[in-house]
Amino acid sequence: MKNRNLISIADFNKEEYLKVLSLAEEFEKNPVQKIAEGKVVASLFFEPSTRTRLSFESAANRLGAKIVGFADSASSSTSKGESLVDTIKTVCCYSDIIVMRHPLEGSARLASEVATVPVINAGDGANQHPTQCMLDLYSIKKTQGTLDNIHIALVGDLKYGRTVHSLVEAMCNFNTTFHLVSPVSLKLPSSVKMHIKEKNLTYYQYTEIQDAIDKVDILYITRVQRERFLDIQDYERVKNSCILDKSLMNNVKKSMKILHPLPRVNEIHSNVDSTPQAYYFQQAQNGVYVRQSLISLILGLK
Amino acid sequence: MSKKELIVSAIENGTVIDHITSDKLFQVIKILNLENCTNQILFGTNLNSSKLGTKAIIKIQNKYFERYEINKIAIVAPTATLIKIASYEVIEKFNLNLPHEIEGIVKCFNPKCITNHEQVMQKFTVLDANQIKLQCHYCQKITKEETLNFL
Repeated sequence: MKNRNLISIADFNKEEYLKVLSLAEEFEKNPVQKIAEGKVVASLFFEPSTRTRLSFESAANRLGAKIVGFADSASSSTSKGESLVDTIKTVCCYSDIIVMRHPLEGSARLASEVATVPVINAGDGANQHPTQCMLDLYSIKKTQGTLDNIHIALVGDLKYGRTVHSLVEAMCNFNTTFHLVSPVSLKLPSSVKMHIKEKNLTYYQYTEIQDAIDKVDILYITRVQRERFLDIQDYERVKNSCILDKSLMNNVKKSMKILHPLPRVNEIHSNVDSTPQAYYFQQAQNGVYVRQSLISLILGLK
Repeated sequence: MSKKELIVSAIENGTVIDHITSDKLFQVIKILNLENCTNQILFGTNLNSSKLGTKAIIKIQNKYFERYEINKIAIVAPTATLIKIASYEVIEKFNLNLPHEIEGIVKCFNPKCITNHEQVMQKFTVLDANQIKLQCHYCQKITKEETLNFL
């Protein structure tokens, strides 16, 4: 994987995901390995982010690399009107690898085409966020012992949620059964469902969490955003159908885990946090190991 | 045997675009920028066609099209046939086929796509040529006929 770009989840194949995950396991056991000393990671965040940026920078630090970059475009030359292409060409002179987040879709792909160092996409608008998907896979594998034959419920905004789309695409490699829970107006788009159908996998669709929750190994929940609704009454009608509360969890599998890409607002009640199924904060922790793994594989250090 | 009368007269040298569906005639004229072309141009529409029911046809004197122009025609009028004429004779005739990838013809419909903000060549993968489904190489969104705009 040396010098490869990671722009979209489709850029890596199944064997490559598994390689990233198994190296991440190694980093979890031994997180501080200064194998990237002397390397410079450019961390270019053209829009603000808490988790993703800190997680990447933490990963780079634990590898012993130095970080240059900016945390929002106001503190870069973009605010003077510099084009993305020019910024990227310049940053390549100062770094060995670029991690970037940008509000426009396709920006990371464009950057990778003009960059002379590898680019990792840390989110390009509503398009792709492949390292989130990798850490979701890692969390599933770690909690279930395998990625194969999992029953997964995807809950919330399945129409616009980019993490859901990438996860569906990646999990289609592992004989997954999908339980799709969303308001009718936020169903999984046919362009994503196509991946499930191509592999002849089974999927079910529901509008209420309680219809799926007892059947699954993983419950992956995302936020239903008010601004997605044209009619506020529609929002009021559906907003509670995808909210998880402890009272819905009486008959869930013991080994079931709840994942959420975070930040959450009200879709997981805080009374769920203390249940053995709650896993969303450990999931965020896993992001560091996965990003250590990716940076070291792409820099050719492992 | 009586000779079949041509409703749109023959040209000596140039290109005939035949079998355009009638409703697409003016769109083809527009995308090829024929309004600003000073060559002699003949066209007809709502003509009888055994293949299409009714069809349109354009004949342009002394003009042969480049590949990118032919791709434009293929997007708007995939049923069309292109015929090259020299000295009133057909020298080449072919149906239009869209290549698997097209560049620099169509604009991505997604306002949040990077290609609508930076100077970059627009590139698409043709997912379905008949219904027009063009997937943007950058943002991956699919531009369809109803959202189609030419550069």
